[in-house]
Amino acid sequence: MAQVTLNGNTIHVDLPKTILQVAEEAGLFVPTFCNDKRLVPNGACRMCVVEVEGARSLVASCTTPAADGMVINTETPAVIDARKSVLELIWANHPNDCVVCDKAGQCKLQDYTYRYEVDIDAFKGAKRVSEVDQSNKFFYNDQNKCILCGKCVRVCDELQNTSAIGFSERGFHTHITHPFEEGMDKSVCVSCGNCVSVCPVGALMPKSKERFRNWEAKKVQTTCSYCGVGCQMNLIVKDNKVVDVEPVNDHSNMGLLCVKGKFGYSFIDHPDRLRKPMLKKHGVLTEVEWDEALDFVAGKIKQTRDVYGADTLAGLVSARCTNEENYLMQKLFRAGVGTNNLDHCARL
Amino acid sequence: MTNSIPEIPKIDLAFVTGSNTTENHPVIGAQILQAVKNGAKLIVADPRRIELARHADVFLQLKPGTNVALLNGMMNVIYNEGLYDAEFVEERTTGLSDLIDVIQAYTPEKASEICGVDADLIRKAARLYAHANRASIFYAMGITQHSTGTGHVMTVSNLAMMCGNLGKAHSGVNPLRGQNNVQGACDMGGLPDDFPGYQKVTNPEVIQKFESLWGAKLSYKRGMPLTKMMQAAHSGEIKLMYIMGENPMVSDPDTNHIRESLEHLDCLIVQDIFPTETTALADVVLPVACFAEKDGTFTNTERRVQRVRKAVQAPGEAKADWEVFVEIMKRLGMDAPYEKPEDVMKEISKATQLYGGITYDRIEHKGLQWPCPTPEHPGTQYLHKDKFPRGKGLFVPVHHVDSAELQDEAYPFILTTGRILYHYHTRTMTKRVEGLHAIASEGFIEISPNTALKLGIEDGELVKVASRRGELEVKAKVTDTIQDQVVFMPFHFAETAANILTNASALDEISSMPELKVCAVSVEKIQTV
Repeated sequence: MAQVTLNGNTIHVDLPKTILQVAEEAGLFVPTFCNDKRLVPNGACRMCVVEVEGARSLVASCTTPAADGMVINTETPAVIDARKSVLELIWANHPNDCVVCDKAGQCKLQDYTYRYEVDIDAFKGAKRVSEVDQSNKFFYNDQNKCILCGKCVRVCDELQNTSAIGFSERGFHTHITHPFEEGMDKSVCVSCGNCVSVCPVGALMPKSKERFRNWEAKKVQTTCSYCGVGCQMNLIVKDNKVVDVEPVNDHSNMGLLCVKGKFGYSFIDHPDRLRKPMLKKHGVLTEVEWDEALDFVAGKIKQTRDVYGADTLAGLVSARCTNEENYLMQKLFRAGVGTNNLDHCARL
Repeated sequence: MTNSIPEIPKIDLAFVTGSNTTENHPVIGAQILQAVKNGAKLIVADPRRIELARHADVFLQLKPGTNVALLNGMMNVIYNEGLYDAEFVEERTTGLSDLIDVIQAYTPEKASEICGVDADLIRKAARLYAHANRASIFYAMGITQHSTGTGHVMTVSNLAMMCGNLGKAHSGVNPLRGQNNVQGACDMGGLPDDFPGYQKVTNPEVIQKFESLWGAKLSYKRGMPLTKMMQAAHSGEIKLMYIMGENPMVSDPDTNHIRESLEHLDCLIVQDIFPTETTALADVVLPVACFAEKDGTFTNTERRVQRVRKAVQAPGEAKADWEVFVEIMKRLGMDAPYEKPEDVMKEISKATQLYGGITYDRIEHKGLQWPCPTPEHPGTQYLHKDKFPRGKGLFVPVHHVDSAELQDEAYPFILTTGRILYHYHTRTMTKRVEGLHAIASEGFIEISPNTALKLGIEDGELVKVASRRGELEVKAKVTDTIQDQVVFMPFHFAETAANILTNASALDEISSMPELKVCAVSVEKIQTV
C-alpha cells in the first residue's frame, strides 16, 4: 500500500493506479473529455492535468501512474489556468450554438466552460467548415463540433472491434472519419452507436425523430428487449415517449449496445400497435371491450377443458415476456386448466 | 451459459461453433474480439465464413450438420496425443473409456471425410483448445437446431470435460440464448416437462410440492412440445391454443403445415403487441404492453435476473400480459393475489430454489445470477465449481448421424437458416424501425460464386428455391463466404419465409428440436419468356 498526499490529505492506496483513478476514488472532481475507464488511457485532451510536486510541468492525471510519496494537487491556480487554456483553444474552433444544439445539457464542453468561466472568444481565427455526414441511418457526424478527444475511435477499435473510424489529416484539418470518406454508410460501420454514446460533445449525435431538451427528459433503467445478452440501458423518456436510448455502464454489457438496442426503439409507439381487444365475429376480427374478450377466453377454456379434457388445450409462453408473466401463464395452464401442454420458441 | 459475460475479455481461447456471434449477440461478439485483442486464440467452426472467422487462428468451415464428427475428430487428437486433462477426468468425470471407444473411430482423416474440414486444421484446432488454460466454448442454434441436436450438445460437453475446461472462471460451455428472456421462459416452467426451476412434472415429490403451493390438483403427464402441439392441432387432438408473444407462422418450420394446424383449432387466442401473421388467424386477439410499458424481470443468457421497468404508458387499452392472466385466473375461479409483478416474484422465489434469494430489492441496481437459493446468497458466477449436478460429469459418447434430409438429384443443395444483425426473429418490431428496415428490407439467399456461375445466376437476381415442403422466389446474394453445396437464408422475412422450405418432421428425439439448420433444396434460375 502506498501513501499519497492529495490536495493536502494523506491517503493510502493500492497501486498500480493512475493519478486520475486515485483522485476519483477519493471523490474528487477531475474534468476529462477523453478518459473512459474501459479504454487504454491516451492523454489526448489535457483537461485532467494536475500539479505533482517535483514534476517539471503539469501532468495528465489519466496517463500518469500514482507513486508512493507523491504530493498531488488537483485544483491549483496553475491547473485551473491550464484547463481554461485548453477550453479556450477548443472554443477557437467550435461553433457557439449551444442554444440550439441537441447536446445542450449533456455536453461536457458546455459544463466545463461554465465551471471554469471560460471566455469563449479568447482566440479568434479560422474555424473548420465541414459538411455533416448524414449518410448513416441512425446518427450523424458533425465534425464542426468535434473536439478530437478520440474516444469514438478508441471505443470502435478497442471495445466494439469494428474499427470503422479513425483520425484523418493533420493539424487544423484533423478530423474523425472512415476510410475513403464516401459516407459512413459505405464503411464497415455496423451502426452500433457506441461511438455516439461516448461522444462528450455534439459531434456524433443520434438522428432523433423527436426534438427534446435533455433537461426535459427522464431516464428509466431497464433491460434490452432484443437478444439474450441482457444489456442494461436507460430509456430516455419525454412526455410518455421513448426518445432515445443510452447504454448503462458497470453491467455485463460494459456500457455497449448494438444497433437494435441503441436505435431500435421506435416500434414502441408505432401506429400499428394493437390497442383494443378483438374477437372474431362472423369471420372478422372485431374490436370489443376487455370484459367481453376475457369472458370469452375464460369461457372457451372452461368449455374446452370440460367437454374434451385438459390435454386438448395448449399454451405457448413467450421468450419475449417477463419471468412473472411466463410464471403466471404456466400456472394458469397447470393449476387452472390441468395440463402440461406448455412450451415456447426456445428451439426456434 | 456455465460462465459469465464479464469473464469473456480475460479468456485465453474462444471456440465459437454454430454461433454468428457478432450479428446475433453483438455485445458478446465484441467481447470475444476484445479477448482476441488481449491475446486469446480464436477457433471458429461454421458453414459460413462469418465475421469472426476473419479474426480466427483456425477457421473450420464444416458441412452443416457435422459438428459431432468434427468434435469427435478433435477429441481423437487430444486423446491420442495425451493432451487431455487427466487429473480433471479422474477427479470429476466418469465414462471416459466409453468415449474413447467411440472417438477412436474418428481419426482426423475420417472426421474430415464427414465434415469436409481439412484433417490438419482439425489437429491444429484440437491442440490449440487442449493447450489453453481458460478456454470457453460458445455455441448457439448451429449446434442445437438439428435432428441430432442433443448429441451435438453432448459432444461439446465431452470436449470441455476432457480438457478440464469446466467448473472454473473463464472456462466453460456457453450456449448463447437468442431472445431477451428465453432463459427466463425456460426457468419459469414454460416447458412441457418442467415446473419452474426444471423440476420434473413426472416426479411425485415435485407434484406434491406444487399442489400444496398452488392449492390445485396437477397433471403428472408430460406435456407436448411445440412441434408436437402443431401436429396435434392438425389432427384435431388439440382444440384450443393460447399463444403469448409469438409468431409461429414465421418462426416455426414448415409454414404451410403451421397454417393448416392453426386454422384447424376450435379456438386460437393470441396475445401480442402488433398484428402478426399469427394474429390474423386468431379468434381472439388481446393487445398487450411491450417491455417499456411494464415492470418485471428478464433473465439473460448468463442466468442473470435483471429488472425491466415501466417507462411509458401502453397504447390504447393494452394491458400488461400479467394483468391479463390475473383477470383470466379470477374468471376461472383461481386465487390470484397479485397486484404487481413483484408479488409474482415473491411466489417464484418459493417455487424454485434457483430464484430462492431473488427479490426486487436485491436486484434494484444490479441483477443476480441463479442459482441464488437464499436471501444472503451472492448469486453464481459460474456453474459446476466443485461438482456437477449428478456428481461426476458423465461422458456421453455420440456417433455422427447424417441429417434427416440430405442432398439428392432433385434437391441438390443444403439450405441452412439463420439471422442477421439488423432484424429480430419475425421482424414484428424491427420492420417497424425505419432505419433497420431501410438497411435490410428484404430476404435473400446466399449462393457461392461457383454455384451462381453454374446456374447462370447474377447477384441480386430473383431465383426460385424449392424443397419438399414448398417453394418461393427470393433474391440471390452471391458471396464467397459460403460453400458451393450450401445456401443460406435468414428466416426473419415473412415475405420470403425460409420456413416454407424447412423440415418440421425431422425432430430431435429428446429435445424435439426441429432441424432448421439442414434441409435439401433446389435453386433455379427463373426463366423469362
